[in-house]
Amino acid sequence: MDKLKKILPPTALVLVLLAAWWIAVARDGGSAIFPTPLQVVTGTLELAADGTLWDHISASLLRVGMGFCLAAVMAVPIGLWMGRVAAVYTTLNPLFQILRPISPIAWIPIAILWFGVGTASPVFLIFIAAVFPMILQTAAGVHTIEQRYLLAAENFGVSRSKLFRQVIFPAVLPQIIVGMRISLGVAWLVVVAAEMIALRSGLGYMIMDSRNAGNRYDLVVAGMIIIGVIGLLLDGLMRLLEGLKSVRWRYAK
Amino acid sequence: MQSESAGSPQPKIVVNDIKKGFDTDKGRLDVVGGISFTVEDGQTIAIVGPSGCGKSTLMKIIAGFDRPDSGEIRVDGAVRKGPNAKGVVISQQGSVFPWLTVRENMMFGLNQGTDAEKEEQADRYAALVGLKGFEKSYPHELSGGMLKRVEIARALVVKPEILYMDEPFSALDALMNLRVRTELLRILEKERHTVVLITHDIEEAIHLADRILVLTARPTTIQTTFEVPFPHPRKLTSPEAQALKDSVLRELGM
Repeated sequence: MDKLKKILPPTALVLVLLAAWWIAVARDGGSAIFPTPLQVVTGTLELAADGTLWDHISASLLRVGMGFCLAAVMAVPIGLWMGRVAAVYTTLNPLFQILRPISPIAWIPIAILWFGVGTASPVFLIFIAAVFPMILQTAAGVHTIEQRYLLAAENFGVSRSKLFRQVIFPAVLPQIIVGMRISLGVAWLVVVAAEMIALRSGLGYMIMDSRNAGNRYDLVVAGMIIIGVIGLLLDGLMRLLEGLKSVRWRYAK
Repeated sequence: MQSESAGSPQPKIVVNDIKKGFDTDKGRLDVVGGISFTVEDGQTIAIVGPSGCGKSTLMKIIAGFDRPDSGEIRVDGAVRKGPNAKGVVISQQGSVFPWLTVRENMMFGLNQGTDAEKEEQADRYAALVGLKGFEKSYPHELSGGMLKRVEIARALVVKPEILYMDEPFSALDALMNLRVRTELLRILEKERHTVVLITHDIEEAIHLADRILVLTARPTTIQTTFEVPFPHPRKLTSPEAQALKDSVLRELGM
């Protein structure tokens, strides 16, 4: 019942918007260019049937996956290091604060210059987009570890590796997951934008290609909706991590 | 061990003229103004005093987490330089790790032996404090009283010689406070520990301690010392205990 209450209003809203869209296009006397919802669905099914849709989706996901994992592998250790060592923090933090607000889109020319027009460019752009939020969240996470836990660890005289494995890392893990969620959202935004510029696969490419090759706005809209839905699913995936037993303490009470 | 401690009357803890102050915006603030006392092996002493008098600062110094400006702490004759697992702190807020299970928390301080041995020891102490069946629970699934038991058991499992307890039960309600205290006494009877207890609860002090030190306001010094001669188990409602409580309260200006 509670679930229904949560799902019903947004579903109703989407249905109302769909209806409004349909009526608006129909009253226009059937716009030659802007598609009806039915045309979008048929266009999507067409692409799904000949397999190109899946190719585009998996190409985009693969790029995000690579860039995101690369970012995570670098960001978590750097963030932990910054959090633990004050000198490292004061040295690196200003640099990251300057780099962070630069939109990854601004990096596109440089990415093309360095990596050419291939898979490496969008992966690099995703990496740039994803790495800073994760670094800064991780470092902030270390700073918020309560003193009493560190004192208790000191009291029991545990080794550095145990301190790290059983106190610092698990204490920061919830914040790392928050950083990952933010990063993955940004990464997904960026991959589509990057693919619009210069590539032959991916959802971003699909959208630009559909417009250029015969004004197929049904496929443009289909691409947009698919991007939105996948974005939602990715966020849901990261939310699942928040349900892990070892991090639930952070969200309970 | 037995003959050794009988042969040498060396006190377990010697606190020798400890002074501590802090620099604040308004200038120097003297917190501890010269405190000396000794604690014999196996003895429990309680330190009571007006709130904000510097009890916790004193405790931090005794436990090795802070350095005095002058004076020294000796444990078993050796000058204390920092904290170690010989003496474990149990504080009001508690420091049970919320990201580890009860069992993992209890295994935390065990640095020797195989995982199976550690687990066995941890579970034995879990049972001792009445947490059997909760070994795999996470702290946020437990009540305040159970959490306090986890913390006590986690300290005891490393076989510390000294327990430093800083208002250990004051976050518990009155009934739970009494229950955990009684359990602690039962455990302390089986295993020999030296206990330094800081509290503002005079009944708690009379219940647990062999000796009560009453501190003055800041900069704090020892105002009076009371011996608590009653054998365990103690009846807090006895006229003698009540009379002692009144005397301590009088010292505190009540």
